[in-house]
Amino acid sequence: MQLNVTDYLIFDEESGTYIENPEQVVRDDVEKHHWLNVLRTVLKDWRLYLMLVPMLVVFLLWRYFPMYELLGCFKVTDDVKPVADQFYSGFSYFRSLLVGSGSLSTEFWRAFRNTFLLSFYGLCFGFPMPIIIALFFNEIRSNIARSIYQVVTYLPKFMSTVVMTSLVMMLVKQGSLTSGTGILSQFLVQLGMISEETAYAGLMNNPSFFRAIYQISGIWEGAGYDSIVFFAAIIAIAPTSYEAAQIDGAGKLAQMKYVVLPSILSTIVIMLITRIGSLLNVGYEKVLLLYNPNTYITADVVSTFANRYGIGNTMKGIASAAEMMNNVIGMLLVIGANTIARKASDVSLY
Amino acid sequence: MKRRLEISELIFKIISYTLLTAFALCCLYPFLYTISASISGKHAVEYNELILFPKDIQFDAFSRMFNNNMFWNAYTNTLFITFYGTIWALGVSILGAYALSKKRLLFRKGFNFFLVFTMWFSAGIVPQYLNYLATKRAFNAVGIMDDKWLVVIAMGMAAMNIILLRNSFEGVPSEIEEAAIVDGASEMQVLWRVYIPMSKSIIATVALFFGISRWNGYFWARQMISNSNEHPLQVFIRLRLEEYTDPEAMAGWNEAFASDSVIYALIICSIVPILIIYPFIQKYFAKGVNAGGVKE
Repeated sequence: MQLNVTDYLIFDEESGTYIENPEQVVRDDVEKHHWLNVLRTVLKDWRLYLMLVPMLVVFLLWRYFPMYELLGCFKVTDDVKPVADQFYSGFSYFRSLLVGSGSLSTEFWRAFRNTFLLSFYGLCFGFPMPIIIALFFNEIRSNIARSIYQVVTYLPKFMSTVVMTSLVMMLVKQGSLTSGTGILSQFLVQLGMISEETAYAGLMNNPSFFRAIYQISGIWEGAGYDSIVFFAAIIAIAPTSYEAAQIDGAGKLAQMKYVVLPSILSTIVIMLITRIGSLLNVGYEKVLLLYNPNTYITADVVSTFANRYGIGNTMKGIASAAEMMNNVIGMLLVIGANTIARKASDVSLY
Repeated sequence: MKRRLEISELIFKIISYTLLTAFALCCLYPFLYTISASISGKHAVEYNELILFPKDIQFDAFSRMFNNNMFWNAYTNTLFITFYGTIWALGVSILGAYALSKKRLLFRKGFNFFLVFTMWFSAGIVPQYLNYLATKRAFNAVGIMDDKWLVVIAMGMAAMNIILLRNSFEGVPSEIEEAAIVDGASEMQVLWRVYIPMSKSIIATVALFFGISRWNGYFWARQMISNSNEHPLQVFIRLRLEEYTDPEAMAGWNEAFASDSVIYALIICSIVPILIIYPFIQKYFAKGVNAGGVKE
């Protein structure tokens, strides 16, 4: 609090001199003992505050401490001096990434573009699928049949990323002298969608297929499961709404347009905004498991770039700078998306 | 009028069933193929002679897996990490969420922000890596040589799950809590006897989220666990995949079954436990997705 002389001395008109302001003295007293009061409250309620401690410690040590260590990454790499004595390198890492002329800068921009594109295509193709599937689920009146469909379509979600990527890689694997290509590649060849040579070289080694494989496997894995949210919104619609629409002569399409869509619109909007908010958060584990040096052109994202240079290599300054820029923009997107969601609906995401 | 309606409904129904069936088959087929490929003969697997049903049935790929001590080791490690990791994360989360749900908590907004900020911004892979390395050294210094404990304690906490729990705790009517306090219940007893029983289903859901993320954890486990005897299943699977799809490493393969069959067998072994408990956990999953509203 800023001290101001006039707060303490007020002009007393009776005596014609400045006297001490009694109110301010009391206020000061409260202020002086504020922390004591806080301490007293905490001590009286110590059990409650003790419960917070493990959570605070875990988050401090393994979430916030890395943020401090992030600063250390920007110090000049010098193995001779201890870290504490080294100097910060200023913005040189950022500069060499953003406007540098070397291959690092090119690679960074490529990674940034790939990050954005992978999410953006996910938004275009991956986002509508669960909604469509939820609409289809709604058409199945028999509960048993619907349960069967649901169980089957949720199934891929229960594989881990490692197992899912392993399966994908096996299904489109390259051919060799002793064995044929993966079964999926073979189907695609028979359908005439890819040539035999491409299949033999392996789709995972071909940069022009990476994005498609990433998106299709994503839809395969998540579309059924992600439809739960939308389906819950659809079955919440009162049957009378449909009946009213039918009496008014609405066909199936009109019912979709005037009954179903308005009812699930808020869910769609919120999901869409969240999705936009996480445009720069590509699941790096999946990319890391699927990509290889042959597909860096389309597959390398910022996190995997950071992984390659920061952990695999020892350029932790460059790696951290790249990821930090990505994460800061990502954070702004998330906060922006959340603000919009809060304004657009009563539901706040966090 | 009536007639037109029926036709549009019928068409939509047919489309729904057709596309849904197609999608369901797409979801199912890879699994069926995996099963068939894991038990088919060498030639059938290598030259794609099986489409759906197994051919020249053998179980050697499975028995090779089952006779591998490393496999059982990896399985035990995963169970260890999943069990202790879920208990640890859930315990910390419940305690924290309970305190956060109390209106009388001082600096409540500050603590909430402290949590939520970690969902917005993360330091990134490299500082995280350095941090885990430092933790690992600290653990080793106090005598914890088993890196699994590092995975259990330092990883996998999620702010979103704590917020789910907090929201659920906030919904518990204060009258019940007051009644318990009048009866002389302590803070811990209120939590244990009132809050936890009243939020059972959301706790189950959160436990499930933690459990699944522990079971699936791969990247940091691979980075941090140096002793291959302590690798969890996911790391084991990936290492085998890398080994078995490397043509040079497989040049000397002269078993009676295809090397791919081993990978397929491994994939099956890793999803069977989940399939077994799947019917029991499915409803909690659906609940969690809807409770989170926007769990993403």
